[in-house]
Amino acid sequence: MPGHPPEGAIAPPDGQLSDRSLSRLGAQSLSAYVHIPFCASRCGYCDFNTYTADELGPGANRADYAGTVIREIEFARGVLGATTTPLHSVFFGGGTPTLLPSNDLAHILHSLRDTFALAPDAEITTEANPDSVDKASLAALRDAGFTRISFGWQATAPHVLAVLERTHNVDKALAAVRAAQEVGFEHVSVDLIYGTPGETDDNFRAALTAAIDSGVDHVSAYALIVEDGTRLGAAVKRGTVPQPSDDVAADRYVIADEMLSSAGLEWYEVSNWARPGGECRHNLAYWRNADWWGFGPGAHSHIGGTRWWNVRHPSAYATRIDAGKSPAQAREELTDADQELERVLLGIRLKEGLDGIPDDLSAPLVSEGLLEQHDDNLVLTRQGRLLADLVVRRLT
Amino acid sequence: MGVSASAPGSTDPSLIRNFCIIAHIDHGKSTLADRMLQLTGVVEGRDMRAQYLDRMDIERERGITIKSQAVRLPYTAGDGRTYILNLIDTPGHVDFTYEVSRSLAACEGAVLLVDAAQGIEAQTLANLYLALENDLQIIPVLNKIDLPFAQPEKYAAELAKIIGCSPDDVLRVSGKTGVGVAELLQATVDLIPPPVGDPDAPARALIFDSVYDTYRGVVTYVRVVDGQLNSRDRIQMMSTRTVHELLEVGVISPDPIPSKGLGVGEVGYLITGVKDVRQSRVGDTVTTLARPATQDLGGYRDPKPMVFAGLYPLDGSDYPELRDALDKLKLNDASLVYEPETSVALGFGFRCGFLGLLHMEIVRERLEREFNLDLISTAPNVVYRVRMDDNSEHIVTNPSEFPDGKVAEVFEPIVRSTVLAPTEFVGAIMELCQQRRGTMDGMDYISEDRVELRYTLPLAEIVFDFFDQLKSRTRGYASLDYEPNGEQAADLVKVDILLHGDPVDAFSAIVHRDKSYNYGVAMAAKLKELIPRQQFEVPIQAAIGARIIARENVRAIRKDVLAKCYGGDITRKRKLLEKQKEGKKRMKMVGRVEVPQEAFIAALSTSDTGAEAKKK
Repeated sequence: MPGHPPEGAIAPPDGQLSDRSLSRLGAQSLSAYVHIPFCASRCGYCDFNTYTADELGPGANRADYAGTVIREIEFARGVLGATTTPLHSVFFGGGTPTLLPSNDLAHILHSLRDTFALAPDAEITTEANPDSVDKASLAALRDAGFTRISFGWQATAPHVLAVLERTHNVDKALAAVRAAQEVGFEHVSVDLIYGTPGETDDNFRAALTAAIDSGVDHVSAYALIVEDGTRLGAAVKRGTVPQPSDDVAADRYVIADEMLSSAGLEWYEVSNWARPGGECRHNLAYWRNADWWGFGPGAHSHIGGTRWWNVRHPSAYATRIDAGKSPAQAREELTDADQELERVLLGIRLKEGLDGIPDDLSAPLVSEGLLEQHDDNLVLTRQGRLLADLVVRRLT
Repeated sequence: MGVSASAPGSTDPSLIRNFCIIAHIDHGKSTLADRMLQLTGVVEGRDMRAQYLDRMDIERERGITIKSQAVRLPYTAGDGRTYILNLIDTPGHVDFTYEVSRSLAACEGAVLLVDAAQGIEAQTLANLYLALENDLQIIPVLNKIDLPFAQPEKYAAELAKIIGCSPDDVLRVSGKTGVGVAELLQATVDLIPPPVGDPDAPARALIFDSVYDTYRGVVTYVRVVDGQLNSRDRIQMMSTRTVHELLEVGVISPDPIPSKGLGVGEVGYLITGVKDVRQSRVGDTVTTLARPATQDLGGYRDPKPMVFAGLYPLDGSDYPELRDALDKLKLNDASLVYEPETSVALGFGFRCGFLGLLHMEIVRERLEREFNLDLISTAPNVVYRVRMDDNSEHIVTNPSEFPDGKVAEVFEPIVRSTVLAPTEFVGAIMELCQQRRGTMDGMDYISEDRVELRYTLPLAEIVFDFFDQLKSRTRGYASLDYEPNGEQAADLVKVDILLHGDPVDAFSAIVHRDKSYNYGVAMAAKLKELIPRQQFEVPIQAAIGARIIARENVRAIRKDVLAKCYGGDITRKRKLLEKQKEGKKRMKMVGRVEVPQEAFIAALSTSDTGAEAKKK
C-alpha cells in the first residue's frame, strides 16, 4: 500500500454499505486480508505502509495490535450482517506478519474463523521474511491452520540484497523454505524482485534456480519500482544509483518466464507462476474482482462494487477502532463503467483470459501478437504481458 | 487645469511645441511623462496613477510602450505666457521603427532621455539618428540622477559626443523625485521651434497613430500641418481615397476633450466611426473632401510583416475562438496579417505575419491573456523569395512550403544592425556576428569604453536566438537595434524532419547549407528525448530533399506494465489507467507515431526568440 491513497468519497463512521453492495454479497467468494504494519527495519526500496517495531503507541504497538484487528473483525461482522458466506482465503501481508508472535497471528485467524467461518478448503497464507521465522514458529503457524507461506526472498546475490537493504542471506532463505516444507506447509512461495541496480542477468538466473531447486510451488517476480519518498528513490534522484531500465526489466521478465515454465511453473498471472494447483487463490480473488475485507491500517477492501481503504497510520487506525468507528478513510461506489474498466484491467492479467471484448478492439492486438484467442477468451501473449497496460488502454 | 485662450482649434502656432521622448525601455520615459503631466497640472497628484500614459496591462508589465499617444499640456513658461506642449509618445522597440518614424515626423523636437546609470542603448541611438534625419531639435537629458550608481559626468560626455553639443547642455532630471523636470519643460519652450504651416492651405494632417476603442471605434491621432480640420467635416485618406465623416475632433489632456477643430501645428484625435484601423493607417495624410490637398505629406508605407510563425490552438476545438480573436486584434493592429493554414502535426491554425519578434510575442500574449487561448507557436521564420530554374518565383512564409524541384536562387531578408556594448566585448560580438553570417559595416567608439558595431545580418539569424546569445556573451551589457535593409541571395536549404518516414511540417526549417547538418543532428537528438517509445521502432531523420543528413532511433517499447496491484489498491490502478488514457487523447498522430503535445512545444522552443529573452 504505497504512496498516497486515492481520493474518494467520505466513508460513514458506522461503515454501513449501500443496499446495492450488500445485496451482491455472496455472489462472489469472500476473502480476508490482514495487514500487519511492522518490520524489523525499513528496506530502502519499500513504500508500503509499515513501521519499525517500536515507533507506535498504545493499540497500535505490537503487543496490542492483534486485539485491535480482532475488534475490526467484530466491526466487519456488524457491517456485513448475517451473511453466511465463509471465507475462501485469508492472507496476512505486511510489513512482516511474522514479526508478530505466531500466537497473535493465530488469534486473529481464529477470530476470523469463529466470526465468519472458513471454507473447508480455505487457503490461509502469511507472508514472511526468511530471518523472521524459525522451525518452531513455522510449526506453530501450521498448527494454527495456516496452509501457505510466502517468503520475501527478493534476491539471492549478496550485493543485490544489499542494495535492497534486505538483512537475510541466501542460506537463511533456503533454510526458511526447507523448514516450512518440513513442518508440513502444502504451499510455499517465494517473491523475487528483478531489475535492481547492480543485478545482472546471471544474478537473477541464480535466484530463479535457487527458487526452483528449493521445491516451492509458486514464484512471484516483480520488477523493481523506484518509488518517490523511499531512500532508493532519493538515491536515484541524486544520481548515486542508476534508474532501473525498462529494457533490462523486460529481459529479466523473459528470463523468468522461460526458466520457470520449463521447470513446470506456468504463469497464471502476469507476475505469478505456479505448479498446477499451486496458484494463490487469494491473489486470483483480487484479479477476478471478488469480495474481500482488508483489516488493518491502510488496508483496501472491496465488497459488491464498493471500495474503501482504511486510515494509514496504525495509531489513527487504533483510535478509530477503539471508538467503535469505521477505520475507513474514504470509499468509492463504482459505477457500471468503472466496474467494466476494472474487469478488463484486472482480468486481462490472468492466464484464463477475458471474454466479452468487441472484435474491433481485440483484432488489431491479436494481429500485433499481443493477444491470443483461446476459445471465447482473449489471453495475453508473453509480449502482451510485458505491455499489459498498453493492451488495457487499447481495450477500454 | 490650465485652460487658457489657447483653446484647441484656435491655438497660435507660435505657442505650440510638439515633441516626443526618445528613450530605451527602463530608462524612465513613462515616469518622466507622468511627472510632466503632474507639473503642468493636467493630472492632479492624487489622481496620479503610475505611468498614466501606458494604457495596456502588457505595456505596464513590460515597462514598454507599444502604442503611442499624444497628450496636450498647457504650460505657463518663465515669460508668463501659456504654451501648449504636445507630448507625443513613441514606441521604444525595434519592431516599431516605422511607427516611431511617423511619431517623429509629427514633432519639431525630441527629448533624448538616457538613464544616468546605464548610458545610451542601441535602439535609442537608432531612434536618435531617425530624429536627426527628421531635423528635430534634440534636448539631451540624463534621467535617474537620484540613483546612487548614476554617473552623470560620464554619460553627459557620451551624449555630448554623440549629438555634438557641450556636456553642459545635457539636462539632469529625476522623473522619480521631480528634480529638474520644471527646467526641462522650460527648455522645450526655449529650444524647440514652433510648428510652421499654412492656415489657409487645404487641410493636411499626418496620422501618427490609430487605435481601436471598443466604444468609439477607431481613434486616429493626427498632427495638423496645414489648414484646419473641423468637426462634421468630410475627410479623405489620401492613400486609400476613402472618405469618412468626422464625428468628433479633440485633444487628449490626458482624457479626451472634444473641440470644434484642430488648427495648424495642433495635435489631437479624430473619430469617424470606422471599426478597423486599416482604414486609418499610420503615415497616411488626412485632408478634407470639400477642399482636398493635392500633395500628401509623404513617407507613407504599408506595414510589412518581417517574421512569420504558425499559431495553433492547443485544443483543436478552440480554432473558431482563435479566428475570432485574431479578427478582433486586427482591428487594433494594422500590421498583423494572418491566413488559415493546416499542419499535419498541429492541426488547424493560422500563419501569422509580424513586424518582428516583440510584435509576435505581444500578439501571442494578448491572444492568450485577453482571449484565454492556449496556443502552440511554431518557430518564427522570415520570408524567402525562391526563384526556380524555370524562372517562376515563390514567396515562402512557411518553411514546409519551400518548393521542391530545381531551385535557382533563394533570397532572404537582411537587416542593418547596430550593437552598442562596452569595448571589452568587441571580440565576443564580432565572433557571434561572424557565426551568424554577418558582414561588418563599421565600428565607432562612442566614448572611451563603449563602442558601436554595425553589421549587416540575415534577419533569419536574428530571429534565431541572436539576442539571447548577444546578451549572454556580453553579460547583458550589449544592446541591439536593426532595421530592414533589403534582401540577399544565400545558399539556403530546407531541412525536413521525418518521423517514421513521415515529414513533420511543424519542424521543417530553412537554414544555411553550412548549418543544415548541425540543425538536423540537434533536432533529431532533441526529438529522440521527447518522443515516447512506441510499439515499434521510430526512426527520426533529418533530410535535405531525399538526402538523409541525420538519424536517431526511438527504440520500440518493451515493457509497459505495472507489476503489482499493491495490496488490493485497485482504485489507484484504475485512476492511473484513466490518467494514461487522458494523456493519450492529447497525443497527436504523425503517421502512426503518437507524439505528445508537450514534445511539439519543447521541440519548437529550440529557437528561443529574442523577444522571449527580453522578458527574462
